[in-house]
Amino acid sequence: MIGGLFIYNHKGEVLISRVYRDDIGSQAADSAVFSSSGPFLGERLGGSVRNAVDAFRVNVIHARQQVRSPVTNIARTSFFHVKRSNIWLAAVTKQNVNAAMVFEFLYKMCDVMAAYFGKISEENIKNNFVLIYELLDEILDFGYPQNSETGALKTFITQQGIKSQHQTKEEQSQITSQVTGQIGWRREGIKYRRNELFLDVLESVNLLMSPQGQVLSAHVSGRVVMKSYLSGMPECKFGMNDKIVIEKQGKGTADETSKSGKQSIAIDDCTFHQCVRLSKFDSERSISFIPPDGEFELMRYRTTKDIILPFRVIPLVREVGRTKLEVKVVIKSNFKPSLLAQKIEVRIPTPLNTSGVQVICMKGKAKYKASENAIVWKIKRMAGMKESQISAEIELLPTNDKKKWARPPISMNFEVPFAPSGLKVRYLKVFEPKLNYSDHDVIKWVRYIGRSGIYETRC
Amino acid sequence: MPAVSKGDGMRGLAVFISDIRNCKSKEAEIKRINKELANIRSKFKGDKALDGYSKKKYVCKLLFIFLLGHDIDFGHMEAVNLLSSNKYTEKQIGYLFISVLVNSNSELIRLINNAIKNDLASRNPTFMCLALHCIANVGSREMGEAFAADIPRILVAGDSMDSVKQSAALCLLRLYKASPDLVPMGEWTARVVHLLNDQHMGVVTAAVSLITCLCKKNPDDFKTCISLAVSRLSRIVSSASTDLQDYTYYFVPAPWLSVKLLRLLQCYPPPEDAAVKGRLVECLETVLNKAQEPPKSKKVQHSNAKNAILFETISLIIHYDSEPNLLVRACNQLGQFLQHRETNLRYLALESMCTLASSEFSHEAVKTHIDTVINALKTERDVSVRQRAADLLYAMCDRSNAKQIVSEMLRYLETADYAIREEIVLKVAILAEKYAVDYSWYVDTILNLIRIAGDYVSEEVWYRVLQIVTNRDDVQGYAAKTVFEALQAPACHENMVKVGGYILGEFGNLIAGDPRSSPPVQFSLLHSKFHLCSVATRALLLSTYIKFINLFPETKATIQAVLRAGSQLRNADVELQQRAVEYLTLSSVASTDVLATVLEEMPPFPERESSILAKLKRKKGPGAGSALDDGRRDPSSNDINGGVEPTPSTVSTPSPSADLLGLRAAPPPAAPPASAGAGNLLVDVFDGPAAQPSLGPTPEEAFLSELEPPAPESPMALLADPAPAADPGPEDIGPPIPEADELLNKFVCKNNGVLFENQLLQIGVKSEFRQNLGRMYLFYGNKTSYSSRILTHCGPPGDLQTHLAVQTKRVAAQVDGGAQVQQVLNIECLRDFLTPPLLSVRFRYGGTPQALTLKLPVTINKFFQPTEMAAQDFFQRWKQLSLPQQEAQKIFKANHPMDAEVTKAKLLGFGSALLDNVDPNPENFVGAGIIQTKALQVGCLLRLEPNAQAQMYRLTLRTSKEPVSRHLCELLAQQF
Repeated sequence: MIGGLFIYNHKGEVLISRVYRDDIGSQAADSAVFSSSGPFLGERLGGSVRNAVDAFRVNVIHARQQVRSPVTNIARTSFFHVKRSNIWLAAVTKQNVNAAMVFEFLYKMCDVMAAYFGKISEENIKNNFVLIYELLDEILDFGYPQNSETGALKTFITQQGIKSQHQTKEEQSQITSQVTGQIGWRREGIKYRRNELFLDVLESVNLLMSPQGQVLSAHVSGRVVMKSYLSGMPECKFGMNDKIVIEKQGKGTADETSKSGKQSIAIDDCTFHQCVRLSKFDSERSISFIPPDGEFELMRYRTTKDIILPFRVIPLVREVGRTKLEVKVVIKSNFKPSLLAQKIEVRIPTPLNTSGVQVICMKGKAKYKASENAIVWKIKRMAGMKESQISAEIELLPTNDKKKWARPPISMNFEVPFAPSGLKVRYLKVFEPKLNYSDHDVIKWVRYIGRSGIYETRC
Repeated sequence: MPAVSKGDGMRGLAVFISDIRNCKSKEAEIKRINKELANIRSKFKGDKALDGYSKKKYVCKLLFIFLLGHDIDFGHMEAVNLLSSNKYTEKQIGYLFISVLVNSNSELIRLINNAIKNDLASRNPTFMCLALHCIANVGSREMGEAFAADIPRILVAGDSMDSVKQSAALCLLRLYKASPDLVPMGEWTARVVHLLNDQHMGVVTAAVSLITCLCKKNPDDFKTCISLAVSRLSRIVSSASTDLQDYTYYFVPAPWLSVKLLRLLQCYPPPEDAAVKGRLVECLETVLNKAQEPPKSKKVQHSNAKNAILFETISLIIHYDSEPNLLVRACNQLGQFLQHRETNLRYLALESMCTLASSEFSHEAVKTHIDTVINALKTERDVSVRQRAADLLYAMCDRSNAKQIVSEMLRYLETADYAIREEIVLKVAILAEKYAVDYSWYVDTILNLIRIAGDYVSEEVWYRVLQIVTNRDDVQGYAAKTVFEALQAPACHENMVKVGGYILGEFGNLIAGDPRSSPPVQFSLLHSKFHLCSVATRALLLSTYIKFINLFPETKATIQAVLRAGSQLRNADVELQQRAVEYLTLSSVASTDVLATVLEEMPPFPERESSILAKLKRKKGPGAGSALDDGRRDPSSNDINGGVEPTPSTVSTPSPSADLLGLRAAPPPAAPPASAGAGNLLVDVFDGPAAQPSLGPTPEEAFLSELEPPAPESPMALLADPAPAADPGPEDIGPPIPEADELLNKFVCKNNGVLFENQLLQIGVKSEFRQNLGRMYLFYGNKTSYSSRILTHCGPPGDLQTHLAVQTKRVAAQVDGGAQVQQVLNIECLRDFLTPPLLSVRFRYGGTPQALTLKLPVTINKFFQPTEMAAQDFFQRWKQLSLPQQEAQKIFKANHPMDAEVTKAKLLGFGSALLDNVDPNPENFVGAGIIQTKALQVGCLLRLEPNAQAQMYRLTLRTSKEPVSRHLCELLAQQF
């Protein structure tokens, strides 16, 4: 179980420190601790905890070599960390905990904080530290994660000062019964004049391609995010073109599916929000749930087959003698001409001994960024089935280093308005038997966004 | 030095550094550096030539980036260009970059060397200094090779500036330390010495460092420096503190130079020239006098500088060890420091005094401080100081104060730090032994030691007590009484039980008369401790019990009952079980007479170096020798100090009890008992080679006396022979002639024959061997018709001497033409050996000296004793020697026709007994024998399997010693 939670800024100063168990720190004290800067915020840290805090700073944040593992073991104490921009969140424990649980908790914690005060930055954390301690008290109890549903939390942890005077006893007991009840994520008696829901399918596509255009590895990781404004306790049912479901139905109406030409996709694995009834998914593979109010992530999934690669990068690198390099890169968009890709950015790495670069591109803007050792080519918009080209002449400084340039891959960023995995939302049905609105009265919005993850082509 | 002009500030560099410092994260820093690197690359790429200033700036930035921990792979060329600049700052940055970033790029090194060469040749002192500093900083081999010849020239050149000379001296010192072989010695060495007379103190200081280092290798070259150093030193010492101005440090004139000069003098013995010596003594006295003067300043720097000189002076006095007056004064001075407030001074005083104590002149003076030192041992807060105090007490100990010191150390032991307890225990044990006036005091002390710090008493200490008690009749009774009393304490240390068990087992009868320590009381006292002890101690106690049965027959029933108890007879530990079973059977089967013989008192131990002393030396490392040896100066104490006198060897009745305890010294090729772990329990008491009481010297002495009539024996008689002046000393034996090995092989299986023959000389050999002794007759035949003087020397190669003793008899030096002369060699094999001794023969033929070196035909197999045994025995022993390293096997092709009879003869000649009807295959040969050496016997089994079809042999040898197996196998394999 989590023994304590610390939030550091980039300098390694502690912004938030919350200790749940006494066992941490006593042993981590053994590890080498060189400097100690005072805790930023008021909490007086016990000597032993102080050591755990310092141990993480010395061994991870200020480590000589960048620490790449998110889990670090120092003096039989485990530190799990995630980094959001310049902020480090570290969970500390002495026990053999489920690491996935800890990270899930840390991500959730980030979500909760983002839901309360937006971007996680040093400034925001300093401004909201009372709120953060309140949240930490609520979502972790003796190191065990508790209800971390933003919607539910917001009912009793608010940013608008003390509200209890206005809160009736009734309301308070309602909160208690909701939080401790069966459907902890939604309270009763929600009413909207307009019943509306938004469904976003967000995917990131990852690719590694050989110079010859052979796909070495590719996968899509996607999320379905739902924002619901529905009255009462509605029962929802979500359907998509999952291969297993389609085939199951296909047995009954085989010709119908083939007629409609709907493609089905093979989902490798998926996880659901806690509101989804897993028993029903296991038996019928149907996704039914009572949604929390507001925004939440309904499911996460991953696919590896039949991925639509939105862009193809064709590199051409020619070394002219020891002091010159010619690079030509062609990108081709590979989707319906009616769609528009946005925020396209191609990053072409340059050798470490580059002394000068000349770039010519047909579209967009290209620039040599010395600080990143790369040529960055940006295109605002690009329609499907088009192609564009950049050529660059790189001058090199002869060095006495015999090492050959490692030729890192060309990477790319973009955003496209479709799901590269091929996922389609088939339906989202809403039933609310107690109130007088039906499925047809609900206004539904569906949006697909495909982004690049690590999208690289070797050159 | 040129001042940094305006505009040299390198604003760009300052901005870059402050940018880096302001970076919030590592990523930001890397980005900034990448940007800067790209900028510098584009600048260096540009075809337009950069001016010196920007070049310097960018090289500086590269240097800074490198020092931040990033790789730099360009810019070297620009840095080298900077070297040829005429501006000091640019040159300096260039040299800095090269010192930090130089790598073994051949092309660049050439350019750099060129630039350095130019600078060295320039007459500009600053540039020369820069170049010299660069050479010293890089200090690589390449640099050394390129400039090692130039620098001495600069150093001694008449027109070099002082600062250049100083740099050159230090640079040379650096090169010399890095690779001594590169610095050529030449006529400059003589001139370097004269730098000691230089006007400039800096030059002198640098030169002294250099000379001190150089003279360690070849002291003779720099001998002249002594008088110069002395005069320099006396000038400094006698100067008023204001004379040297820049070199006066807190009122002390040139302290560093003084210290270095004193160090230099310590490389040499006292000066022979009386005048120089007188002047030096005067100097040293002045320093000692000055130490008495009131300090001129209260500053710590003043006293530090003064004391540095003083301590160096004292160590010089100690080094000379010839001026009693000075030594005593030094000792008194140190005595004052012993009570000084400064802990560091007290530490240094104790340390120096430790060396003083070993000088005969000052030993008495040191002793006067005994109370202070003892006080220091008790009250010092710092453990390292206490340690020094203990060392000093050890060093100053002699017969007069031994009792006091030992008792103080014992008292200190109770509260001593754990880290140094073991060392103190060893020291107490040694002192007690060395300066024991009567042995009862010694026994008391050691028993006290075990009582106070039993855990830290190592094996060696209590072994030593047993050895001494066993060897001294007068103390045995007292020891038995004392240990008996000590054992009565309710809780006593296990080491005490061990000592007690052993001593009572041996000498319990001496106190049995007293009803308070009657045999049953002794036994029950020992047995009450039995169950609390470790296995090793219990094993020892079991041996004590069986000895009790012999000493006190009345306890037999009780002891047998104890042995018979299930906890002994069925003990899980093999060793205990075996002892119980064997002892029980022995006590019930053997008659009283047999018991009395078997369990007789241990024979005295042979004399050898105290094992404790050896252990202390190991602990301290080689440096501690001087303090340990001081006891030898006390000639009167030798009789006791040596510990135990060698006892007459008449009492060397074999002690079968030793055999029982696992020391199978007796016949066949029995390896040390297989269950080494168990069997060694008591072996250690006897400690190694001396562990074979049965190998008394009687038989070998008899052998010797019957072999030779008592004749004046002079092992080195030949050395005394008047040798022709042209001849080199007979001791250096040249390398053996190439055929030596082949000649030697002829004699592996035979004892007589012609060892060597050419047209001038014939050497015949006749030899006989018995056990570990041998006698060899060498016949030198002069084949020429002229009389010639033959000079021979033979002996084992240096490292062999502990293995083989060779004594030669005088040889008639003049041999007439055609005549023969005989030489007798007595050979004694002490240990197993692998290389044969060498024989060198010198003679003159036709006016030219001839010399040849041969290998004497003495190989290990000569000391073979054939052993007959039955097939069953053979195979049992064969199996016992089954460890892989005990076996040596060789498969080889026959060089001679395979003839069973010849082979048989060769094997017999080799020395082993041939055993028939052992091997199932009648074609095979099987042999057995024991190699007799003085120290030990090596059982040896061999098996030779001829394969007539393949014309091959397979030879297998198993002996209890690995090198012997291999060596025998090789020797024998060459014979077939």
